[in-house]
Amino acid sequence: MLTAQWLYGLAGCLIAGIGLGNTLVGSSLLKRVLAINVMGAGVFMLLIAVAYRGPDLAPDPVPHALVLTGIVVAVSATALALALARRLDRGQDDG
Amino acid sequence: MQMTAWHLMDMLLALLLLGLAWGALSTRDLKRGVVLFIAFGLLLSLVWARLRAPDLALAEAAIGAGLSGALLLSALRDAPAMEESGEKSIIPKLGVGLLSLGLAGVLAWAWFVAISAGAGERLAGIVMVRLEESGVGNPVTAVLLNFRAYDTLLELAVLLAAALGIMSLGPARRPFAPPEALLASLIRWLVPLLILTAGYLLWVGAHAPGGAFQAGATLAAAGVVLRLAGRHRIGLPAGIRLRLLMAAGAGMFLLVGLALMLTGRPFLGYPPTQAGLLILLIETAAMLAIAATLVLAFTGGRPKTDVLANTAGKLEASTASGPVPVRPARAGGANNDCNPEQKAC
Repeated sequence: MLTAQWLYGLAGCLIAGIGLGNTLVGSSLLKRVLAINVMGAGVFMLLIAVAYRGPDLAPDPVPHALVLTGIVVAVSATALALALARRLDRGQDDG
Repeated sequence: MQMTAWHLMDMLLALLLLGLAWGALSTRDLKRGVVLFIAFGLLLSLVWARLRAPDLALAEAAIGAGLSGALLLSALRDAPAMEESGEKSIIPKLGVGLLSLGLAGVLAWAWFVAISAGAGERLAGIVMVRLEESGVGNPVTAVLLNFRAYDTLLELAVLLAAALGIMSLGPARRPFAPPEALLASLIRWLVPLLILTAGYLLWVGAHAPGGAFQAGATLAAAGVVLRLAGRHRIGLPAGIRLRLLMAAGAGMFLLVGLALMLTGRPFLGYPPTQAGLLILLIETAAMLAIAATLVLAFTGGRPKTDVLANTAGKLEASTASGPVPVRPARAGGANNDCNPEQKAC
């Protein structure tokens, strides 16, 4: 069993947990968007720790491709969430 | 001896990541939170490099830390939009803490089961065996653009949906004022360099770390830098051309897939001899679409000089074509681009 795999896998679990907690109790919309991104990063760490097979073996490229897709989808979702938040606040100003 | 050094670095990185994630989310100062999040993303790209995922390291540095950071920082301009609301969550803190701990525990358990199951049959073996037929030498690009091309097609559709959402939610933020001489001359160097790097990443992605996503993000960075310099008219076309550009990624994917069906092959089942060329074609269109979408997201909405929105006639009357008023960066006002009390803008 590889130490690096363990360390980053467990750190990923904890980071996902921190992200989930703050997504639920976040005090502003922007903080919640940040928290969702942190939660996603934790899940990515978990996946890449699974793909890692030590310094001598080539890692599994399938989780790498999944996470690359995940990073792009996360930034799209972040951008849309921020646009929605901005619209929400403008709506409150008008009304 | 060398192993101990690696262990030390791993431990340090894991602890720093945990600390930064906690710090970014527990601070009450949102700007500090965003900056800590950017640092978190940069360290994460080091982790990807350490775990032998250089494609991800590039993508994380450019997208996860770079463009997400730029998006979040530009959202901070929308004061008072993003301020702390101060209202208490209705969910008790203890319950949330236990729930989060529970999620971490379940994830750790699932991960432990996956790891201790031993060397089962992995898709990696099939990828490596059939890599030669894929038309590219980089296994990650082969998975993304060939073996699991459906995933990437839908990913580009998600990106397009996000772009359409952002465009329909309102007009862009006010542009930045022209910069001082130093920044202006730096930008003259930076923008061509970024475009060149994007082209290199796109080309090299076929056989080495890189590809359409990293290249698109780098190209988008050029657009963001131009916008920071107050050049809001350069780098993003207007009207129908912008719409075509944003749809180019998913559109080219569909066109190639349908054209292949006409020749009697399955949807997106490239013939091995032409696979490299077709992948490059799709990746070029995807890079342009990704860059356009991310720059649009940075501006925050529909371009103010958008011709199509005006002919629709039902949107803001103030978006009539003509010079967009550019306010000086340091003027006062509640909804300011640049708050003089804050050092970095």
